[in-house]
Amino acid sequence: MSRSHRIAGGQIDRTSTIRFSFDGLPYTGHPGDTLASALLANGVRLMGRSFKYHRPRGPLSAGSEEPNALVQLRTGARQEPNSRATVAELFDGLTATSQNAWPSLRLDAMALNDRLSTFFAAGFYYKTFMWPAAFWEKVYEPMIRRAAGLGRLTREEDPDSYDKGFLHCDLLVIGAGPAGLMAALTAGRAGARVILADEDFRMGGRLNSERFEIGGQPGADWAAGAVAELAQLPTVRLMSRTTVIGAFDHGIYGAVERVSDHLPEPPPGKPRQTLWRIYSRRAILAGGATERPIAFENNDRPGIMLAGSLRAYANRWAVAAGDRVAIFTNNEDGLRTATDLHAKGVDVVAVIDARADGPLLPGIRHLRGAEVIDTRGRLGLTSITIRQANGRTETLRASALGVSGGWNPNVNISSHHRARPVWDEAILSFVPGKAGPPGLSAAGAAAGRLSTHGALASGQTEALAALADLGRASRAQPLPEAEDAPVSITPKWYVAGGKGRAWIDPQNDVTVKDVKLAHQENFTSVEHLKRYTTLGMATDQGKTGNVLGLAIMAGLTGRTIPETGTTIYRPPYTPVAMGTLAGRSRGKEFKPTRLTPSHAWAEEQGAVFVEVGQWLRTQWIPRPGETHWRESVDREVLATRRSVGICDVTTLGKIDIQGTDAGAFLDRVYANTFSTLPVGKCRYGLMLREDGIVFDDGTTARLGEHEYVMTTTTANAVAVFRHLEFCRQVLWPGMDVQLISTTEAWAQFSVAGPNARRLLERIVDQDISDAAFPYLAAGNITVGGLRARLFRISFSGELAYEIAVPARYGDALIRRLVEEGRTFDAVVYGTEALGVMRVEKGHVAGNELNGQSTALNMGLGKMVSRKKDSIGMVLSGREGMMDPGGYRLVGVKPVAPDGKLTAGSHFLDIGAAAVMENDGGWLTSKVYSPHLGSDIALGYLKAGDRRIGERMRAVNLLAGTDTEVEIVSPHFFDPEGERLRG
Amino acid sequence: MIIDHPILGPRDAQEFVYLGDASLMNRPDGLSDGIGAFHDYLYNRANPVGEHRELWYHEQGDRSWLVVTRNTLTHEITKVELARDVARASGRSR
Repeated sequence: MSRSHRIAGGQIDRTSTIRFSFDGLPYTGHPGDTLASALLANGVRLMGRSFKYHRPRGPLSAGSEEPNALVQLRTGARQEPNSRATVAELFDGLTATSQNAWPSLRLDAMALNDRLSTFFAAGFYYKTFMWPAAFWEKVYEPMIRRAAGLGRLTREEDPDSYDKGFLHCDLLVIGAGPAGLMAALTAGRAGARVILADEDFRMGGRLNSERFEIGGQPGADWAAGAVAELAQLPTVRLMSRTTVIGAFDHGIYGAVERVSDHLPEPPPGKPRQTLWRIYSRRAILAGGATERPIAFENNDRPGIMLAGSLRAYANRWAVAAGDRVAIFTNNEDGLRTATDLHAKGVDVVAVIDARADGPLLPGIRHLRGAEVIDTRGRLGLTSITIRQANGRTETLRASALGVSGGWNPNVNISSHHRARPVWDEAILSFVPGKAGPPGLSAAGAAAGRLSTHGALASGQTEALAALADLGRASRAQPLPEAEDAPVSITPKWYVAGGKGRAWIDPQNDVTVKDVKLAHQENFTSVEHLKRYTTLGMATDQGKTGNVLGLAIMAGLTGRTIPETGTTIYRPPYTPVAMGTLAGRSRGKEFKPTRLTPSHAWAEEQGAVFVEVGQWLRTQWIPRPGETHWRESVDREVLATRRSVGICDVTTLGKIDIQGTDAGAFLDRVYANTFSTLPVGKCRYGLMLREDGIVFDDGTTARLGEHEYVMTTTTANAVAVFRHLEFCRQVLWPGMDVQLISTTEAWAQFSVAGPNARRLLERIVDQDISDAAFPYLAAGNITVGGLRARLFRISFSGELAYEIAVPARYGDALIRRLVEEGRTFDAVVYGTEALGVMRVEKGHVAGNELNGQSTALNMGLGKMVSRKKDSIGMVLSGREGMMDPGGYRLVGVKPVAPDGKLTAGSHFLDIGAAAVMENDGGWLTSKVYSPHLGSDIALGYLKAGDRRIGERMRAVNLLAGTDTEVEIVSPHFFDPEGERLRG
Repeated sequence: MIIDHPILGPRDAQEFVYLGDASLMNRPDGLSDGIGAFHDYLYNRANPVGEHRELWYHEQGDRSWLVVTRNTLTHEITKVELARDVARASGRSR
């Protein structure tokens, strides 16, 4: 390990020492350090390997734009790949490892790719891995996937929690540099509700990295004072460590607050990160600017970084990235780095200034009209070769090189609504376009105002404009004095000549040669350039390199940069962890879980539950000694058909429909008629979509002259209610009809089987004899004096009732039914037994109500009344839907009693090949019928109603089954319906 | 997005369910109009760039169906009406 590279000053707390490790070696740093600044202070420049060529890399920047210094942070389940060392706050015990290198960062075997770079130029995927075609899936893709990629996932569950939150404000200020602070001060002092968000852990932006003075005090001190004042203002919310990631519609911004990332692990009860949705009336983008490099040969070595970052490491973090420093610049800002480092006693060997004339820096070797043409140093910079204005070349020993090709305003968020940034010739950069997100304006460097005075002035101006929009008059205040130096930039995108590679996008290894190749192959539009070379498609989204790439393309095509244009940005501004987007919606909390009223009882019995949408329903209830699910299900079916069974059917949707037009309304929404239904009766209803496909089914009862209660399937409860509201409010707004969902208001149980009535007679207060309460009767009753509802309907084909009580009595009712049922050996059955019994009866359910089937397909064509207008009536009569050769619901049983049926099997004629042309339809639902002692199934078969009695094959190539079957009526059990009328 | 509900004021679009073109309210009469009219009603829609009137349902709210006038390019919402009122104004009744 080399000696410390710490120098005087900086915003680190030297009274406290932090221990951390990188690739297993221990280091120390101080509070205020980032991982990158602490590693540089320890003399570590090599922090990563590039994506494609595995070139040794060190940090290019000191901020969130970092393309190179990507590491894995933490260990175990908290390990996170692709973390930017330049923004990772140091904490005691931090463990970081390098990625994308094997066996080690210093000796990476995959660096062989660098020697083979000729083969890996832009577009190499498209050209290299062409043939043989079969190789792509088996050989090329796995190989590429192994070789490429950066970090690795832990494959362990994330132990941290993530929150989502909502904030409202008058003015959102994005970025807390001089412009953002001045904007927040102006608006906050005027009493506006302000949110000031900044991605850094210390507010102040570039002021923390500069030696500028504001109003006679150091810029960083002025920033600290402004933050202190803002903290006192009651309507201002300061959010550091918070990145605004995107501008969405209507003044809504997304922001990620890194609540606990600066700590070893989140404190108890705290999330790791919070995703904020910020509702703003106005917003100011004061996100600053990002410096860009100049491309020259071998410009990617550790030690070569952006000049402003080199300066930031020196001024803010008290780190000299090298003992002999050179600067390569095409603008005035590069000179500041030379001046600042020189003032701090660092040896500045030369300033290579691409500009031909202007005053020279005093006391520093300042070469005008010069350029850097090559560098050396395998794992870190050792020397640079320069070419002076007179053509003379010279090699200089240097361990750090600061490069400045100008500053790109951070326009990202301003283009999230597709606004194109516009070219500003004065600063040779894109600035936000006019048609940005409504309510958003830009200030400071983000708007191209690159001086401190410009930032302060535009921050105030934009805040005043925002206040005026908000109806709060306020006046400009005198601004504190600050520098207002001109940018003075000359175009210099890359150093021409030479044969080596000059990087423009170091993360994706895109070089000047790749841009030239794209041009040569006619991928000259910026969108093609991006996709052909992958320029700007890495995790940094080309924050430093994009402009360089398109400027070079502009030069090659002879167009101007504005003519060439730029790609635009999408959210997020910086990468966001998947866990942050998921928030609390993980695992069991992914969706709500709805429990049936009998859940507690069923749980006590050891029931097996099944997810049905959001509901958990009892699937079956095993008894001691039962080892296979079918033993339980067969027993439940047989016991129900023999005596009586009870099933919780609360999950079915229930909709109360009232009003003088309730009956007429039902006639419109159901294919069959309900206005003629007598009070006290119920009827099966079939509901179509307007296109004639069956939407839903269920029984609907008429409880009064103007009062109905509809049941829907469990799956469609919400959709049917929405549809009915549409019909009521939009299609027939003159109808007197009101709706309310009562699905969760009533606990409802099916009581089915020959002893169903005898069991219920012990529970209900009324006479429910067949005479008093015949088949399809419905009405209000009482249970021990409590209001209840009774419906004599049957899904199982048995004598059956559904009894409903207010949901809070559901638990008591199931216990009472079970208790009274002991006399009859009653059984409680689950959804599997329910399914067996409905298939035995040929009733359609979800598998048949598949969103593709008509009433005719289901054998229910006669239910569609043509005498009245109803949803779907007209279009269900379309020629294609009336096809006599179309699918019809049939029953299926194997010819051999022990023959196995598989759901999803396709029907084929005996002897026909298993190809699509011979496909006759498919098997929708299959169960084992304990009564028939064999598998039985329902299915859709072409012209199936005319094929009853025929033999076919049910073939499932995936399951490997091929069974000879007989096509039968779908009514396997009690086809005359004698039992349910009993 | 924020939808300025005529009764409840500004509400987040997440509370709503989107259906589609507001022309879906112009349902033909099943007894007098034929398959052609229903076919046009159900399948033939304009897909405009710019102003679009569309149906939204405040499912996580008061269950109102709304006609929202939204610019498909900018998502600017210029008008929000109760669909019931729009339907009645266009002559729909029962």
